[in-house]
Amino acid sequence: MAEPLLDIRGLKTWFKTDDGMVRAVDGVSLSIDRGETLGVVGESGCGKTVTARSVLKLIDMPPGRFEAGQILWQGRDLIPLDETEMNKIRAREIAIIFQEPMTSLNPVYTVGDQIAEVIELHQKLSRKQAMVGAADMLKLVNIPNPERRVHDYPHQFSGGMRQRVMIAMALSCQPKLLIADEPTTALDVTIQAQILELMQEMKERFGMAIMLITHAMGVVAETTQRVVVMYAGKVVEEAPVGALFGDPRHPYTQGLIRSIPRVDRSAGRQARLESIPGTVPSLLNPPPGCRFAARCRYVMPACTQAIPPLKEVAPGHKVACIL
Amino acid sequence: MSRQYIIRKILIMIPSLLGISLVLFTVLAMAPGDPFEELATNPAIPPEVRAALRAKFGLDDPVWTRYLHWLVAMIQGDWGFSFVSRMDVDKLILQRLPVTLIVIGSSQIIAILVALPVGVLAATRPYSLFDQVANTLAFVGFSLPTFFTGLLFILVFSIQLDWLPFVYRANIDATGWQFYWEHIKQSIMPVMVLGLFQGASLVRFVRSSVLDVIKLDYVTTARSKGIGERKVITKHVVRNALIPVVTLVALQLPIVFGGAIVTEQIFRVPGIGSLLISSMLSNDTPVVMAVTFVIACLVVFFNLLADIIYGWLDPRISYR
Repeated sequence: MAEPLLDIRGLKTWFKTDDGMVRAVDGVSLSIDRGETLGVVGESGCGKTVTARSVLKLIDMPPGRFEAGQILWQGRDLIPLDETEMNKIRAREIAIIFQEPMTSLNPVYTVGDQIAEVIELHQKLSRKQAMVGAADMLKLVNIPNPERRVHDYPHQFSGGMRQRVMIAMALSCQPKLLIADEPTTALDVTIQAQILELMQEMKERFGMAIMLITHAMGVVAETTQRVVVMYAGKVVEEAPVGALFGDPRHPYTQGLIRSIPRVDRSAGRQARLESIPGTVPSLLNPPPGCRFAARCRYVMPACTQAIPPLKEVAPGHKVACIL
Repeated sequence: MSRQYIIRKILIMIPSLLGISLVLFTVLAMAPGDPFEELATNPAIPPEVRAALRAKFGLDDPVWTRYLHWLVAMIQGDWGFSFVSRMDVDKLILQRLPVTLIVIGSSQIIAILVALPVGVLAATRPYSLFDQVANTLAFVGFSLPTFFTGLLFILVFSIQLDWLPFVYRANIDATGWQFYWEHIKQSIMPVMVLGLFQGASLVRFVRSSVLDVIKLDYVTTARSKGIGERKVITKHVVRNALIPVVTLVALQLPIVFGGAIVTEQIFRVPGIGSLLISSMLSNDTPVVMAVTFVIACLVVFFNLLADIIYGWLDPRISYR
């Protein structure tokens, strides 16, 4: 089998706080192949964002630190690399876009300036050429009047347009992997669809891989090939998208899928939307055993004894549950 | 930045200066004290002469006519006549103003030059040794009033070490480099006392402002571009962090002038501050009025400057 593009092995990103060690990411393993779209799902606070930021080492250290694990980028571990080496990978090979388009752009520089900054640095172009490149990128992400708009400031763009600018910036060096950290969460529904469509289009054009982090199961179903479900800093299930929706094995995944609103079912009968009872456990000194045990409807004594390992139940379908 | 923005800001200055002058004039007119008080105790001058003098200078007119007279004269360039110094007020002020401007200007420049790098460095390494030392020194710096540090400096540098003169002399009988060197030497202490006091509070302000900005999303975006931490800080953090700092510097300016008055007294700097105090003591109303008005003009002018810098730093402001 070919070497995966990105291979995270047993990653533990912990944060030291006054109350103790917060195990935000606690032994996560996942891999992404070239040109693949991997969905990473889970509710707020399950460690999705920390995993994503760990890949680019955008975690503040201290208080954060890599406790264990490897982040293999095309076979090379990123964790021991220094800032200079990381800066050659950032934007050029792995780019990231964030959840909040309203705050991810610097308000005091024009969008052209912010895109050109990346192009200038990584493609070794002059400022002028980089600005032309920035306008080309804006055109590519369907921003009207790109030659004029490059000179506009972020506050002159709407939320959806700013996310397009972020995508243009991220893709300006044609990275091999785009990490999209909840790129559509802050946008309204029609804009969400446009942004997802744009990402799909860009993916086909540049042939990059996407790590799509989201908590919207609908988005996952539409855009990804493979899905990793995270819960409380751990991977609980990993499966091809069809298998995950067709045959979810982990009770948490089942709960997530049941909580998707279904227009066809609730019509007329006003059925209540199902939710998973309880909240995510504290990542500060988590209890032994399965972390979902407290909220699981099938819980049994063995669940609280030891953490169930990920085991393969079908080709490419792994689940961390003793059931 | 649009030219409209600057013109609008300049036009706003006119009503504020008119308002300030009206308030100043009224308050001074209501204040007790008579510039010809001295004459009253002089037996050689009969009361009729005093009354004639009062009438000549219009001191018995109602406040608003006197204000209008003053305003019209002011606009025509006639700043009035000092009762005590027996010379035109504008000449008197022009003699004193440059010294004050040099002392305040260089102390502000020193404050900013020290506070910016120290504050930024401290914020990028929060709770490091550097941060702790900078914070402690800053705390000491702005807890000590200028009249205390001024005396301390005089004790140490003039009396103990005998490096610097502690009385500021306007008439230095030297030429060429010697002249400038003497001037620099006697300015060092007042400039340092004022500059360190200003710089100390600025350090803490810059630090907290940078700390606020450094957590924002666009800084993470900038880091993800691979442009290097140094450029992230200098390009993406500092410019945004400076916006509130500019406001603070502009707002503190009246306090700086107040501090300068005290410092000028300590070091006997023949500046506008000592002129203000001596003219107040001798009830020299035209001079008091003119000096306070000049200080008000300077404050308004520096606020205009701050507004312009503001608009340049943050395009969202000047576009509105």
